[in-house]
Amino acid sequence: MTDPLLSVRDLRVEFATRRGPLVALDGISFDIAPGEILGVVGESGAGKSLTGLAIIGLLDPPGHIAAGEITLSGRRIDNLAPAEMRKIRGRRIGMIFQDPLTSLNPLLRVGEHLIETILAHSSLTPRQARERAIALLDEVGIPALEKRIDGYPHEFSGGMRQRVVIALALCAEPALVIADEPTTALDVSVQAQIIAVLKKLTREHGAAVMLITHDMGVIAETADRVAVMYAGRIAEIGKVGEVVREPLHPYAKGLMAAIPTLEGRLARLAQIPGSMPRLSAIPQGCAFNPRCPEAFDRCRVERPPLLAVGDRSAACWLYDRGEAPAVARGIEARR
Amino acid sequence: MSAPAELVAVRDLKCVFDVSKPWISRLIDREPRRLLRAVDGVDFTIRRGETFGIVGESGSGKSTLARMVVGLLRPSAGQVLISGVDMAATRDPLARRDVRRRMQMIFQDPYASLNPRWRAGDIIAEPIFAFGRGAGGANGAGKALGKVKVQARVDELLRLVGLDRADGRKYPHEFSGGQRQRIAIARALASNPDFIVCDEPTSALDVSIQAQILNLMRDLQDQLGLTYLLITHNLAVVRHMATRVGVMYLGRLVEIAASEALFARPRHHYTRMLLDAVPDLAMSGRARTPVGGEAPNPIDPPPGCPFHPRCPRAAERCKHETPLLRDNVACHFPLDGPESQGRSGER
Repeated sequence: MTDPLLSVRDLRVEFATRRGPLVALDGISFDIAPGEILGVVGESGAGKSLTGLAIIGLLDPPGHIAAGEITLSGRRIDNLAPAEMRKIRGRRIGMIFQDPLTSLNPLLRVGEHLIETILAHSSLTPRQARERAIALLDEVGIPALEKRIDGYPHEFSGGMRQRVVIALALCAEPALVIADEPTTALDVSVQAQIIAVLKKLTREHGAAVMLITHDMGVIAETADRVAVMYAGRIAEIGKVGEVVREPLHPYAKGLMAAIPTLEGRLARLAQIPGSMPRLSAIPQGCAFNPRCPEAFDRCRVERPPLLAVGDRSAACWLYDRGEAPAVARGIEARR
Repeated sequence: MSAPAELVAVRDLKCVFDVSKPWISRLIDREPRRLLRAVDGVDFTIRRGETFGIVGESGSGKSTLARMVVGLLRPSAGQVLISGVDMAATRDPLARRDVRRRMQMIFQDPYASLNPRWRAGDIIAEPIFAFGRGAGGANGAGKALGKVKVQARVDELLRLVGLDRADGRKYPHEFSGGQRQRIAIARALASNPDFIVCDEPTSALDVSIQAQILNLMRDLQDQLGLTYLLITHNLAVVRHMATRVGVMYLGRLVEIAASEALFARPRHHYTRMLLDAVPDLAMSGRARTPVGGEAPNPIDPPPGCPFHPRCPRAAERCKHETPLLRDNVACHFPLDGPESQGRSGER
């Protein structure tokens, strides 16, 4: 077992409000190994994007990390000064956002974005930086490069822009790339291309990826392991194949059954009654208990920690066999 | 059902937007007019009680088509016949009003389609008032309903879509996205329509909520005998909901087929490509067919078959001759026979 590249322990993010702190993320713990793709799925408001933002230190006030620690290659990064964090951001951790149009500056040529980023993180000359930018754009599969590197973002289609953003994230050869809904704004045929580029590049550059999405299909296609989030907590985490085929947590089960597939016209889709609670009204005990078909008394009172089940962990009392929680014993087996 | 099986017939429907520069600039630059053919000659029929799905990527013209079908947009050419009545051509205001009552639309964004300053109950009651007086409908929305009757109808509609009658007093911001879409559905049902156009009804919703709304739509269809035109980019949703499917590419229907057949044996290369691009939840290790390129700009579509620059089977003929929808597929070299085994065969 290799040392994890990124390790998140008991992360808790709160928003200070007039009515007291609002807990947005609670007890988030996971590891990402070098070169691994960890998928993070959940519905809107589950805290997926917030987890990503907390890791790269871009939480907007009044949000702040209230407890827990984040280490990157063994070094704590959650308590760094802003100037220190800025050095890590971009160089050690790259970020890809959902909407490729808003993450590019409309007044800068595509090449300028890349060259600026490369110069900020390396000691290359501007000419070398331009060559490197061209090489990167070539890698992400943008045709007719010499012409296009001096084009403006609006001259690029959605898929091409997202390729530019991926190239931008990879400029400084980061060890970790956080991709927040990288394919959500794109059509399926383009989505497939972007996933292929993302997979190829991270493999070639040896970067680990935290892939945040609401699309289970994208995760199944791309990730090695997956964390299913619900109401600011991790419900289940484990290898993608196992979680997709036989989810353990009742929420993960419901989520998987609710996805229509190409397999056929079912009589009805399974549905989870109700909707995710607001952050201000997370129920006592397990956050999922009011919607859970298998809830029993303990679920309504006591909050389940992540419990080890084989290679996986699930935050559900159904899997309590009186053992110590997974997190306390170290981390669930990887691969 | 005594009426003819065909509820909606769309005949050679076209929508052309003029996106030219002002005429003086055109004159100076010696530029011709620039026309965007958003929908370019679409033909299909929808049978009573079925769900006709239209899939396509962004820019394929599917929403424009939906807006023309309900009459929100005037077609540049062609006809939309609802039970044989062409709403754009008919002079009889009563007939037009009756057609309007009989079809309703559900929009994509439940945050934008409800008036934030109206209570849910008032939103749902509006169509009852709008169609309740004067011409009215044969069933339900009768003449000059009293307040009490309208309230009873609103309560009934709220219950039908799985909300509580107390919810009628609330404002849209007090509801979640899924509940808002339920209100939008209740509003669509308020005038007792038999045909509902759903433009991406679940794409703004999370999967678990999407399942609730899709189930609700299916239940309502069974209870009320509704006919749906379902516009979506999500193939799995179409697979789950539709009985027949039309695939759109750059303003044209490239293939129409029964849902089963389309997903098992796609005949157009574009359909095949779309199916291959869908992420595979079963993780069978199926190799994706690599797809090159993106849909071209509809202002300047390629000549001949609009798909030929991306098509693996494109031949010289495809570059010049636009294939017509013949035998429900618009391709010179449709995928038939051994070349097309379908997804199920690969498992």
